[in-house]
Amino acid sequence: MTNSKGRFGIHGGQYIPETLMNAIIELEEAYEHYKNDPEFNSELTELLNNYAGRPSRLYYAEKMTKDLGGAKIYLKREDLNHTGSHKINNVLGQALLAKKMGKTRLIAETGAGQHGVATATAAALMNMECVVFMGKEDTERQALNVYRMRLLGSEVVPVTTGTATLKDAVSEAMREWTKRISDTHYCLGSVMGPHPFPTIVRDFQAVISREIKQQLAELEGRLPDAVLACVGGGSNAIGSFYHFIDDSTVRLIGCEAAGRGIDTFETAATVNTGRVGIFHGMKSYFCQDEYGQIAPVYSISAGLDYPGVGPEHANLHDTGRAEYVPVTDDEAVDAFEYLSRTEGIIPAIESAHAVAHAIKLAPRMGKDQIMVVTISGRGDKDCAQIARYRGENIYE
Amino acid sequence: MSNIRSAFAGGKAFIPFITCGDPTLDATMEIVRAAAENGADLIELGIPFSDPTAEGPVIQGANIRALRGGVTTDKIFDMVRRLREDVTVPMVFMTYANVVFSYGAERFISACADIGIDGLILPDLPYEEKDEFQPVCTKYGVDLISLIAPTSAARVGMISRDAEGFIYIVSSLGVTGTRNEISTDLSSIVSEIRKNTDIPCAIGFGISKPEQAADMAKLADGVIVGSAIIKLIEEHGENAAAPVGEYIKRMKSAL
Repeated sequence: MTNSKGRFGIHGGQYIPETLMNAIIELEEAYEHYKNDPEFNSELTELLNNYAGRPSRLYYAEKMTKDLGGAKIYLKREDLNHTGSHKINNVLGQALLAKKMGKTRLIAETGAGQHGVATATAAALMNMECVVFMGKEDTERQALNVYRMRLLGSEVVPVTTGTATLKDAVSEAMREWTKRISDTHYCLGSVMGPHPFPTIVRDFQAVISREIKQQLAELEGRLPDAVLACVGGGSNAIGSFYHFIDDSTVRLIGCEAAGRGIDTFETAATVNTGRVGIFHGMKSYFCQDEYGQIAPVYSISAGLDYPGVGPEHANLHDTGRAEYVPVTDDEAVDAFEYLSRTEGIIPAIESAHAVAHAIKLAPRMGKDQIMVVTISGRGDKDCAQIARYRGENIYE
Repeated sequence: MSNIRSAFAGGKAFIPFITCGDPTLDATMEIVRAAAENGADLIELGIPFSDPTAEGPVIQGANIRALRGGVTTDKIFDMVRRLREDVTVPMVFMTYANVVFSYGAERFISACADIGIDGLILPDLPYEEKDEFQPVCTKYGVDLISLIAPTSAARVGMISRDAEGFIYIVSSLGVTGTRNEISTDLSSIVSEIRKNTDIPCAIGFGISKPEQAADMAKLADGVIVGSAIIKLIEEHGENAAAPVGEYIKRMKSAL
């Protein structure tokens, strides 16, 4: 691949229509310039600290630790960020970059609605127009977030094509971008899509692992033994892993949404059930049939309900540096309730996938070992859906 | 001269796009034959993909209908093999990179050569990623068609110097679908291409009416029409061959 850019091993690249190539090149050039620009970085730090509430806490989950009887568990509290998830880290970076590039309009895809809400928030703050594409099915299971985006002044477009979920929202946002490029930045929400998005989003999310490393050094004077995060596209996971990739003693564990199980068709566990393919601008692992048709994936979590995974994760899997484990709906819902009762923290159903694996893994680790679990978002948005899952009909 | 170039040898070329298996492969075969009989110079056969990100609603619909009907890459290869018993007009496949990649580039492209497919159009494979399939295409003599868009600007030279078969000029921003007006300065794109290569140029995206086709044919060597034909197929289903044939005859005579 002599011309191809943005590769992670065999993965990544820029598989997009020619119409978008110049916009992508322009974005890459702008990012290469501003990422080392002291003024850009100080503006971004100011926004992250004073607007989004960073640094986020690294909280020692003492009751959970004692209850499970194994590794000492710390929770990285991305749920405490403004807008309620890690998504704001990336969005503030991209919105600021877009503004510097002279763009006046942001478009975004969203699954659970967290990235859409974060983008709508940044657009309101920076006086930009904003249109969010969201699968129709997701607008129904995450109705509260749809209201939040509209309240923030954004337009929400329900996407009815395909499976009417996150993948279709991405496709529709890409189609919209090919229609209107000159004033519009596509604020992609995860470490996926064509280069330079996987790198840009990772760099903006890497603040998570930078803080974990520093906070744990202060609290414990050492590195963790394991870092766990949920993986859909993989932005909070790569953010949690990034500054530990070179520390080979730290186990990096991505928790995929297995839906009703990886032995069923109703799953979204891409690394565990997919194979290498080319879709949404990148080469990576995808759930697909034998002819390369993208599979209609399923998870209780709208944010993890995506048939692909970011190319850097695909490479971390290939090289064996990170492990990717499947977590079912049932396990995630149990963990959602467990963390609420045990620590008084209601995690997003996405993050509950990481908590579920922590519950399995912690007892198998020594009491002298340390585990960090990233709570990527808060679970208020999921309460009505989990209640329904448990057979209780409540109104939002 | 490659088969594709010969399609442009007899004057302005008319290039219809047909999604294979919409509504059935038998219907597709009849439509292809009607197209060839009514003046199509080159036929673009779409292999449906579950998530066609470069398509507007009309062609998305054709993809969904075809896949629901159970069409697969292998069934389409069989259909082309049977068509080639009597249809001689050059044919290219239009599909998405994953359809080729997942089948195996070598296996897919060698099959194309074997069944008489002359070229491959992959809208999600820009110049920078051509190496994914170009060496195999060269090996089997299947032209990998390059696309140039209204936003290509300084990229036009680079793309056209390496182009083969014909150049697909995307008339407008956005996805496929009929448009009332095409406002891109296409003549300056064509003259920029002409500085670098003499291979034929065909304009597609948004063309549906004979007058539009005539205007576009003044600028380039051919016109590509997709959504307008797919709409006829959607309307007439199994009986679409006759109306599609009449439409192609009318469009071709306008060039």
